[in-house]
This record gives sequence, C-alpha cells and structure tokens, in this order.
Amino acid sequence: MENPVLIFFIFLPFLAAFLIPLLNLFWDQAKTIVLPLVSFVLLLLALLIVINPPQSTQYIPGGWYPVDNIPVGIHLVGDGLSRFMLLLINSIAFLCAIYAIPYLRLFTGQKYFYTLFFLQLAGLNGVVLAGDMFNLFVFMEVTAKASYALVAFGVRKTEIEASFKYQVMGGLATLFMLFGIAMLYWMTSTLNMADISVVLRNDHAGNTGAIRFTQLFLLAGVAIKAAMIPFHAWLPDAHSSAPSPVSAMLSGVVIKVLGVYVILRLFINVFAPSEFLSMVIAVLGGISMTAGVILAIGAWNLKRLLAYHSISQMGYVLMGIGIGMGVVAGGGSPEAVALTFTGALFHMINHAVFKGLLFLTAGSIEYSTDNLDLKKMGGLARYMPLTMVASFAASMAIAGIPPFNGFFSKFAIIVAAIQGGYHFRAALGLLVGILTLASFVKFQRYAFFGRPMPRLSLKHTPLLMKASMITMAVLCVVMSLLIFPEARAIFLDPAVNTLLESTDYVIKQL
Amino acid sequence: MMLYVLCFILLLTGLYGLLISRNIIKIVISLTIVEISIFLMLILIGYIEGGLAPVIFQEEVLSHQAVVDPLPQTMVLTAIVIALATNSMILTMAIRLYKKYGTFDIQEINELKG
Repeated sequence: MENPVLIFFIFLPFLAAFLIPLLNLFWDQAKTIVLPLVSFVLLLLALLIVINPPQSTQYIPGGWYPVDNIPVGIHLVGDGLSRFMLLLINSIAFLCAIYAIPYLRLFTGQKYFYTLFFLQLAGLNGVVLAGDMFNLFVFMEVTAKASYALVAFGVRKTEIEASFKYQVMGGLATLFMLFGIAMLYWMTSTLNMADISVVLRNDHAGNTGAIRFTQLFLLAGVAIKAAMIPFHAWLPDAHSSAPSPVSAMLSGVVIKVLGVYVILRLFINVFAPSEFLSMVIAVLGGISMTAGVILAIGAWNLKRLLAYHSISQMGYVLMGIGIGMGVVAGGGSPEAVALTFTGALFHMINHAVFKGLLFLTAGSIEYSTDNLDLKKMGGLARYMPLTMVASFAASMAIAGIPPFNGFFSKFAIIVAAIQGGYHFRAALGLLVGILTLASFVKFQRYAFFGRPMPRLSLKHTPLLMKASMITMAVLCVVMSLLIFPEARAIFLDPAVNTLLESTDYVIKQL
Repeated sequence: MMLYVLCFILLLTGLYGLLISRNIIKIVISLTIVEISIFLMLILIGYIEGGLAPVIFQEEVLSHQAVVDPLPQTMVLTAIVIALATNSMILTMAIRLYKKYGTFDIQEINELKG
C-alpha cells in the first residue's frame, strides 16, 4: 500500500532545476516554458491529492520496508496536514512563477533564478513530506540555501548584507535543530517521527528534563526560522531585499513551512502537547504579534512595512496554535481544540494569499515607478488601477474587514481564545487588528491617493504580472467560503484531524 | 560523560564567539565551531567503548561482538556535505561584502537596520 504520487513533488522540481540550465544551452526560451509548466503540473497534483485523498498516506523510496515493524528506510508521509501544506506551497509557487517571468527583466543573470526557484520549491515540498527527522533537516537546508541565494539575487550592497544576516541566523537555526535531532536520536535510538513518538509515549519519558531541554533547542531553531520576535532581526532585511516574487514566496510560504509546519509536526504529533510548551509558544506568538505591528507602523519602505506585518500575522497563527496546545494539555473538549487549530491553519493560508499578493503589488509598483519609499509615492490610483484594486483587496483582508478572508480566520482565533479562557490574548488580538488596519490605511493613502507624483514616465505592468495579481485578489474573497462546513470538509478538516488525533498519525505510519 | 560536556562547552564557545565578534570572518569561524561541536556529539552518541567498525563481512561482527552505530556516522557525513555548502556560500557573501563595503567590520556594514 503505497502512494507513489508523493515522490513527484520532490523529484519534478529537482529535475526541472537541473534540466533548465541544460535546455538553455540549446534554446534560450526553454526556461520561460518549463517554469510555469512544471509548477502548474505540481499544483494540479496537489489539488488532486487534496480533493481525492488516496488510501495510503506514505511512500517508501527504494523499497526499504520496515523490519519487524521498525522503520529503517526513508518515509515520505502525505497525511492530511502534509497534503494541505502541499496545496498551499504549490499554488503560491505557481502564481509567483508566472509573475516572475516578466518581472525578472529588472535583473541580470535571469537564468540562475529558475534553478534556484525550483530548488527552493523542492526543499519546501520535501520538508512537508519528510517522515523522519534527519530528512526534515536536510530539506530545511535545501530550502534555506536556495533562499539565501535568492535574497542576494540583486547583488546590490543591501541585498548582500541582508543575505549575510539571513545566512548567519538561518545557519544557527538549523544547527540548533540538528542538535535537537541528535539529542532525540540519543534518547530514542530512532529517527522516524512516528517511531520517536511511540518510544516517548511508551517509556513515559515525555516529560523528563532531557526531553524538555531538547524541545527548547528545537523550538529555538524553529523560532528563528519563523522569525518570532526576539529572533526576528533577519526577516525585515531579507524579505524586503529579495526580488518581489521571491519575497512573496519567503513571506507566503517559507516562514510557514519552516516555522509553523515544523512546530505543528514536532510539538503536536511527535511530542505530546504540554502545558509548558503551549505557554512558551503562545507567549512568543503574542509578543511577535504586538511588537511586529508596532514596528510596522514606523516603517516607510513599502516592502519593509509588509515584512514587519509578516512577523505580526505569524504571531496570530502561533498564538492560535499555542492556545490549541494549551487546551489539549488541559484536557479541553475536542470542539474547542478543533476551532483553534482550524482558525490557526485558516489564518495561515489566508496570510499566504494576501501577503503574497501585497508583495506582488509592491513589486508591480517597483517595476513601474522604480521606487519603494512611501513618502515619495502618491496618486498611483490613476495610473495603475488594477494594482490599486488588488492591493486594496489584500489590505482589507490583512486588516480583517469582512467579507475578505482575513476577517473570518482572525475572528475564529479570537473566539477560540475567549472560549479557552484567555481573555487577555483575545483583547490583544483585537488591538493588533486595529493597528494593522491603521497601518494599511497609511499604505493606501500614501501610495494610491493623495497628491500625484510629478513625474509620469511609468512603465506599463506586463500582462502575466496582472494575471497573477488578479487571481490572488479573487482568492482573497473566494477563500472566505472556507467557513462553510462543506468547503471546510475538503480543505481544512483533514489537516485539523491530523493534529487532533496525534496518535492516529502513529498508527497510520507504522 | 566528560566528552559530552566538553562537546557542549565547545558549542557554547562557538555561540559566544558568534555573539561578540565584529569581524565577519570570525563570525563564520564561530558558526563552524558550533557545527563541529554538534558533529562530534553525533559521533559520540553512536560510539561504543571497544566497538568495531560496522563492516558486515568481518568475522567478529558476524559473531555479534559490539559494533558502533553506523547511522550517526552517515548522518554526520551528510551534514558535513551540507556544511561545505553553507561555508562556501557564506564566505562568497563575505567576499562580496568586502568588495562592496571595503571592510570586514559588521558595525560599519549597517545600511539595513534590523
């Protein structure tokens, strides 16, 4: 019982990454055809396995099957949460890919972009599918390496500096992860996540000091990757220096996969949720949420402003997860837990769409006016109506105005916080929502309205960039439909169930 | 046990260097020290006092004498390859930074404010 579709999510992007330089030798335009084609095939595959979930949730490459029920090979796991993440990654990647083709005219050395983009995509898919700890580490490194190079793609002063910071912080984060993995291997003598979980639960070793020490190292590594507030210094630089489609990938997908997904997988499926960890995660989330939005209000560079909002919105997601874990550890009702996790996952995909769209509109403004300073903008509504509509939809979504998707997910998280008895966190969530709205009113006001800029030699926005932005703007509204149970049952519920029935994960994988 | 403690001290030394050094090259060296300390720990985890190399055709191995755990060794090999990529990439960036700014001092490389 195997599901060989899973291997294609890793194999296809790797193949494309290394085929493109070869094809380029013979035909110059090959890259612009392979890029959208392969990412579209991946998107279709992801949609297929989400809508029509296969019986088997795993694939074991090379036929290294378990011996006496002890897993020995590499396991790729495509359960509810992984399938959900695959759809998120590949849909945003496809939209960024078609946006990138015209946008790359701003850069030299375009041909390297395509290889790096696919390496990043392969790494992300690999992280989500990895069923053992060491594979997780390797794919995190693949993603990170491609991201470092993509951040420095413009090779200007600031971009190199941002990439260097990102590399030092990211390198430290993966080393912390490796240390945690080494400790886990020491204690459990296995690397398979399901197996680790079994060993920890059987030996009642889940709460010893050594486990807690390991958990803190793993959490520190993941928190750097997710840019939680004490560890956030690299994010505003890296995300604002990268080319815009890459910023959209970094903010929309990379911090979610390397940060939130790994937290969910490790601290809910592998370790049993504990009171202590839920507290740490919720507090980190709350601090990031508040401090991120305060830093954003003071920012005048458009992409830097958006990057600070990424920290803030990821804080929402992590606070939701922390509350959910707290309710699980406190023995709360399954409905309350389901509501928090649904809210957190829903907000995560919403954030991927609207923050991706905001970075793409920022890229469109940069493409046309060659300027990202809000103080020097103004009156763009007249010249770029489509960009204005798209960015308006995304701004309202991130600020949580109905009927856009952001409203429903924030609402779910806040309601869950009140139900769980965390009134202060709920109030904080509301306050941050208001500050977010203020910050995006500022963006709209300075960029699109107000006194028009004196110089009017604007470049026309290419069609593919427009198409990508319109699709995302439509998604911002359409994704509100996920609050209906019928739609939720297809997309969100399988992922939430993976988190609710964490022992079920073990039974299915072994 | 002493060896594990020494490994952890090595890790802390690297972290300390990472926090206090101002020179970019020294930061890279500190990162490498952290790396090496974790590799050493992984090897120690798999080590057994008096264990043999895990090669299957030795007669002693077939007669079930103690063998060191080969899995951490393969993990370290993979991690070393990754570390090679990390180091070459970060040093490339250091060279580029030096060309752009003319200095290795991070306090003078501050166009971006965190």
